[in-house]
Amino acid sequence: MANGGSKVWPDIKTALDGLLFDNMTIMSGGFGLCGIPENLIAALRDSGVKGLTVISNNAGVDGFGLGQLLTTRQIRKMISSYVGENKEFERQFLAGELELEFNPQGTLAERIRAGGAGIPGFYTATGVGTVVAEGKEIKRFGDRDYVLETGLVADLSIVKAWKGDERGNLIFRKTARNFNPMMATAGKVCVAEVEEIVPVGSLDPDTIHTPGIYVDRLVLGTFEKRIEQRTVRQRETEN
Amino acid sequence: MAWTREQLAERAAKELQDGFYVNLGIGIPTLVANYIPEGMTVTFQSENGMLGMGPFPYDDEVDPDLINAGKQTVTALPETSFFSSSDSFAMIRGGHIDLTILGAMEVAENGDIANWMIPGKLVKGMGGAMDLVAGVRRVVVVMEHANKHGESKVLKACTLPLTGTRVVNLIISTLGVFEVKPDGSGLILTELAPDVTLDDIAQLTQATYEVRLK
Repeated sequence: MANGGSKVWPDIKTALDGLLFDNMTIMSGGFGLCGIPENLIAALRDSGVKGLTVISNNAGVDGFGLGQLLTTRQIRKMISSYVGENKEFERQFLAGELELEFNPQGTLAERIRAGGAGIPGFYTATGVGTVVAEGKEIKRFGDRDYVLETGLVADLSIVKAWKGDERGNLIFRKTARNFNPMMATAGKVCVAEVEEIVPVGSLDPDTIHTPGIYVDRLVLGTFEKRIEQRTVRQRETEN
Repeated sequence: MAWTREQLAERAAKELQDGFYVNLGIGIPTLVANYIPEGMTVTFQSENGMLGMGPFPYDDEVDPDLINAGKQTVTALPETSFFSSSDSFAMIRGGHIDLTILGAMEVAENGDIANWMIPGKLVKGMGGAMDLVAGVRRVVVVMEHANKHGESKVLKACTLPLTGTRVVNLIISTLGVFEVKPDGSGLILTELAPDVTLDDIAQLTQATYEVRLK
């Protein structure tokens, strides 16, 4: 940790320097297009790294988010809970060009949390008696069966936060938090992109969601924040 | 006459109780929020990390950082809290959510539910459905009673890949309401939709059920 303890990286273009290799596993935060590290995903695309296993709740949409890495065929396998919004995903999957492992969303979240917390496995009732539990150990606790699920770790996690300080403490905003905090803990290296980098001491320590220990590099991004389902109501006209 | 989508939602809303924390699935279940009984406080959870979900935003309030589990823009309420996906599913898996209302492709008389996958068709994924049916205290299903060929979707055993086993407590179909016996031995028909007869139910129901109309 050079640079007086600062984890701030000069730009998105170099933020992944030295971290990428073919066939690596990458966790990518976000739910739908909300809270995705859109800048670092674009940097992955530009890097040309390939054969990726990507752990992400969703797979982006055509041409945005992880959808970009599908277009360029950089992803070999996805571990996700729901991938319904992506035609290119559909095409590659049906053509047998893309591997897919579905996890129930809560199981996926907990596998990542467990991986980051040094827990190699845990039992959950989710998925017992379904295809999700096939080939996995079942154990009875009390009067109920539970399935053994394993913790997940990755070579790299890329996350998106609202604010970060120079030491990597992160604060997320509204539902853009989602998978980002757990993924920050479960990558061997974590690179966080933020909307604002603030000086150390300007974030209230009681409000920090992700302590800086989990974050190796912090970089300022510029955000499109595309909306998947813009749903609004009309103001009632006043009489 | 079978219940419409809105009528299914209205009937499902009768399962709400004051003080309940509730997770609504996508589709008809989402409409249940329009029928909260007067004077009742119900808090909606959205599994992407929000408790206390408000209505859709006005055009000038849209915030890309504030969406529901269907990826639709929503609003927060004074009592809203935000949290991570693992906290969200700890809430769900830990039995802290009182009620979930979900759609289904098939249900079985023992409480099995299938609502995420049709073999041979494109699979989008189960999302949070398996966690919800396994973890939420009471699972209510709203669904079409039969398909357009008149084949029952309320079955002795599901034919589609399951979302959960022995998890459904109540089935609100387009034709009526069935309780699932806790021991998994069958259903109890408790209500009929308007102008639906016991013969209609008999013709379109494969599952074992007894009749105890309320």
